[in-house]
Amino acid sequence: MIVSLTLILMVQLLGEALTRGLNLPVPGPVLGMALLLAFFVIRDRSPRLSRRMLPPALVDGRLESTGKTLLANLSLMFVPAGAGIVGRLDVLAAQGVALAVVVLVSTLLTLAATAATFVLVSRWMKPGERP
Amino acid sequence: MTGDFAVWVYLSRTPLLWLTVTLMAYVVADRIATATNRHPLANPVLVAIALTACVLQVTGTPYATYFEGAQFVHFLLGPATVVLAIPLYAYRATVVRALAPMLAALLVGSVVALASALVLARALGIPDTVIVSIAPKSVTTGVAMGIAQTLGGDPTLAAVVVMLTGMTGGILVTPLMNLLRIRDMRARGFAAGLAAHGVGTARAFQVGEIAGVFAGIALGLNAFVTAILAPLAVTFLR
Repeated sequence: MIVSLTLILMVQLLGEALTRGLNLPVPGPVLGMALLLAFFVIRDRSPRLSRRMLPPALVDGRLESTGKTLLANLSLMFVPAGAGIVGRLDVLAAQGVALAVVVLVSTLLTLAATAATFVLVSRWMKPGERP
Repeated sequence: MTGDFAVWVYLSRTPLLWLTVTLMAYVVADRIATATNRHPLANPVLVAIALTACVLQVTGTPYATYFEGAQFVHFLLGPATVVLAIPLYAYRATVVRALAPMLAALLVGSVVALASALVLARALGIPDTVIVSIAPKSVTTGVAMGIAQTLGGDPTLAAVVVMLTGMTGGILVTPLMNLLRIRDMRARGFAAGLAAHGVGTARAFQVGEIAGVFAGIALGLNAFVTAILAPLAVTFLR
């Protein structure tokens, strides 16, 4: 787990350094994600060499399971920020019910429009296919 | 000062207590979600936040003290974003095959998110300074606060509205999709990530890995598109 976490943090650090250094408009962790993707592509291009050069945890699936554990508990990571928001609900109350209505209706419309577009275009591209 | 109180005074200032409270709230929330068969209303983010906020309120703990401990959990958002690469890589073939529907849904979704918020807010008589802060509501918090600030809005209000949108989307996505009879998990996930950023993505990962992958992609792409479209959309207000 430590080896996997080290790689994940290294990649995030590199992402942060690059976005700051080059003034890129993407958040550091997002660039880190792209870098980790590149790592997988390179790793699997030459599996034998990777197995010889890299620590075992990065090639035997342990990195993948560490990542999946993190993603399965993504909900947990919003708790600290969310608890802070509860303390600032006063800014919301000042706007009254209108704001809540806007959020509710606009979110529903966005969800419906996005999913419907996705389904329509994928059917139009491959008629008959129903995933 | 009684002995018990001295212990409390000591503990309430250590990161250990508040980290433990955060994790306990999450474990309880997750148990409730599992017990209700992942019912949308038993959204673990919502329940855990409510429980934590109650504890903070009852004990009169300032948020800064709480965050001393909770920051360790908050920190994991960065690594969790990085490891989105893992399912993305595993399902790369599925993702590449869905490139056209994704791009179309991305464009339609981000335009609807912005336009519906602006038009509705206008119609309900919300002042322009506030409208600017709610325009980027479907985008991940950090980016939304940045957009609101550049447009002359209030970043704090933006963060509150973003969280509220995330909760709304995370809770409503499943019932809405069932109502619309959309069963394609790629479409459901993509919509959750686009409309409700990280909270929607967290919900999608609970439902399934395919939904989670597409939610993660939508979350990233929408942050990018909204950063470009929001300033344009707001000029229509003036």
